[in-house]
Amino acid sequence: MSEKIATRDAYGNVLAELGASHANLYVLDADLSCSTKTNVFAKKFPDRFFNLGVAEQNLIGWAAGLAVAGKIPFASTFAVFATTRAFDQVRNSIAFPNLNVKIAASHAGLSVGPDGASHQALEDIALMRIMPNFTVVVPADGPQAAEATRCVFEHQGPVYLRLGRPKVESINAQEPFVLGKAQTLRAGEDITIIACGTMVREALLAGEQLQKAGVSVRIVNMHTIKPLDQAAILAAARETGAIVTAEEHTIIGGLGSAVAEVLAESRQAIPFKRVGVADQFGESGEPDELFDKYGISAKHLVSTVKTLVKQK
Amino acid sequence: MAFPKNPNPAFLLQQATTLRRDIIEMLGAAGSGHCGGSLSCADILATLYYSELNHDPQKPDWKQRDRFILSKGHGAPALYSVLARTGYFSPDLLGTLRKLNSTLQGHPDMNKTPGVEMSTGSLGQGISVACGIAAAARTQDPNQAAYRVYALVGDGEMNEGQVWEAAMSAAHYRLSNLCVIIDNNGLQIDGETCRIMNLDPIPEKWRAFGWHVVQCNGHDHCALVNAFAAARAETAKPTVIIAKTVKGKGVSFMENKVNWHGIAPNQEQVCTALDELK
Repeated sequence: MSEKIATRDAYGNVLAELGASHANLYVLDADLSCSTKTNVFAKKFPDRFFNLGVAEQNLIGWAAGLAVAGKIPFASTFAVFATTRAFDQVRNSIAFPNLNVKIAASHAGLSVGPDGASHQALEDIALMRIMPNFTVVVPADGPQAAEATRCVFEHQGPVYLRLGRPKVESINAQEPFVLGKAQTLRAGEDITIIACGTMVREALLAGEQLQKAGVSVRIVNMHTIKPLDQAAILAAARETGAIVTAEEHTIIGGLGSAVAEVLAESRQAIPFKRVGVADQFGESGEPDELFDKYGISAKHLVSTVKTLVKQK
Repeated sequence: MAFPKNPNPAFLLQQATTLRRDIIEMLGAAGSGHCGGSLSCADILATLYYSELNHDPQKPDWKQRDRFILSKGHGAPALYSVLARTGYFSPDLLGTLRKLNSTLQGHPDMNKTPGVEMSTGSLGQGISVACGIAAAARTQDPNQAAYRVYALVGDGEMNEGQVWEAAMSAAHYRLSNLCVIIDNNGLQIDGETCRIMNLDPIPEKWRAFGWHVVQCNGHDHCALVNAFAAARAETAKPTVIIAKTVKGKGVSFMENKVNWHGIAPNQEQVCTALDELK
């Protein structure tokens, strides 16, 4: 088994690596650089790092200003603050003028753990995908977060990059990482699980268990929520006849909703179920305990898949 | 070639009067928009674009140009007028303000209007953006002097917490190439600023936040020219120019009238106002 790496760590290391060869890369943080891992860049390139203190609205404005001046700024803080606290700033100072700002937000989802509901962003994917011009990326493991950071840097336009706190196991993706192109991690014929972020690993675990139970599951890693790989969704619907989505996020407005929108307009009436946090806030606990209590761990995927396969 | 600077007060007054006439005609034609706050900042904008900024209307993307951000985005008519009159686009376009498919949106849109440096409208945000630009200017090629960044903030806008977040950060990073101008007309939508949300004493607040504070009459072109010179001379701190202004300045029936914040004049009022602006 490969080494477990947190997506935030991979992000921080790649930023520092990119900084060496790109003088136009700037990094900003709001007093969380040790947690978001922008401190690696800050140490190497202090002149291109700005800590704005505990002031997320101003953080977003500074990032917008640097982009206006032709720099490529990455602004980092916790996902819950980057999106909900500074939403008006993200909308009006970045999305609307379509500025080349990258918001790389860590500590997304329930896996923040013991800090509890106030710090667990469960709405960020929904918020960021509704805004014109934004690209929304949710890498599934450390190596993918590294690849995603490089792609996001090269991409022209605003991006939301969703990162997590815990160290996560590798999903061993074989297909190259391309923005907007889903990866098929496992072939299957009976049903497809479309997952993003930490839930990709849960989906793979579920897929293994279901294989033993005689259910052939296709696993799709939808690492880019926007633009959404509609072709991969429609192919899964056509070829496997049932879809379950899996996200560490509220079931309202996120990956599941995005997939549902595509299916609803495709005239393909297939068994479909969203797995995610069911319209409620989280609480303190260890990530695995929370995944279990809030119904998003591999075992919940297994039972959901079994139910859906019977409906076919 | 950079736009020629002319600090002559009589010349600047003449340009400001042109701006005010444009504002009245634009808002009359649009049928909506913000009269009071556009008229109150006309002298500030005329002084900036005709005497202070290093800019070139023929080359809006000139890298070393000074930048101006209209943080109080509802003053857009004043900005559009000065941009048109200095040559960024044809003054003929001014009549399209707020109309469908116009390049002149109700609030500034950097992707639609030549010379507009940043899209603004949601208050409190332009000043943070100005900080980011000022920081970028300062850290670029060390062989080149940092260009300067100016942001016009409304006094009601100072209610926004983000203004003070930005104020903190500009002083912390010693952005001496940043100059904020407060259009201190004393009125906001719902009434007098001191009654809606009192911010007095304004100079002391900015001083406490670590800024170089300059106070002046925002309709006195000589005073404005001197204030900008004082800002330019400051090399350790960002400067705020608290410009005392009159909302609706130049049109007698609009001056200091809170109800003229966000309405447009009718045809008769346009004629009366233009008669006064000569």
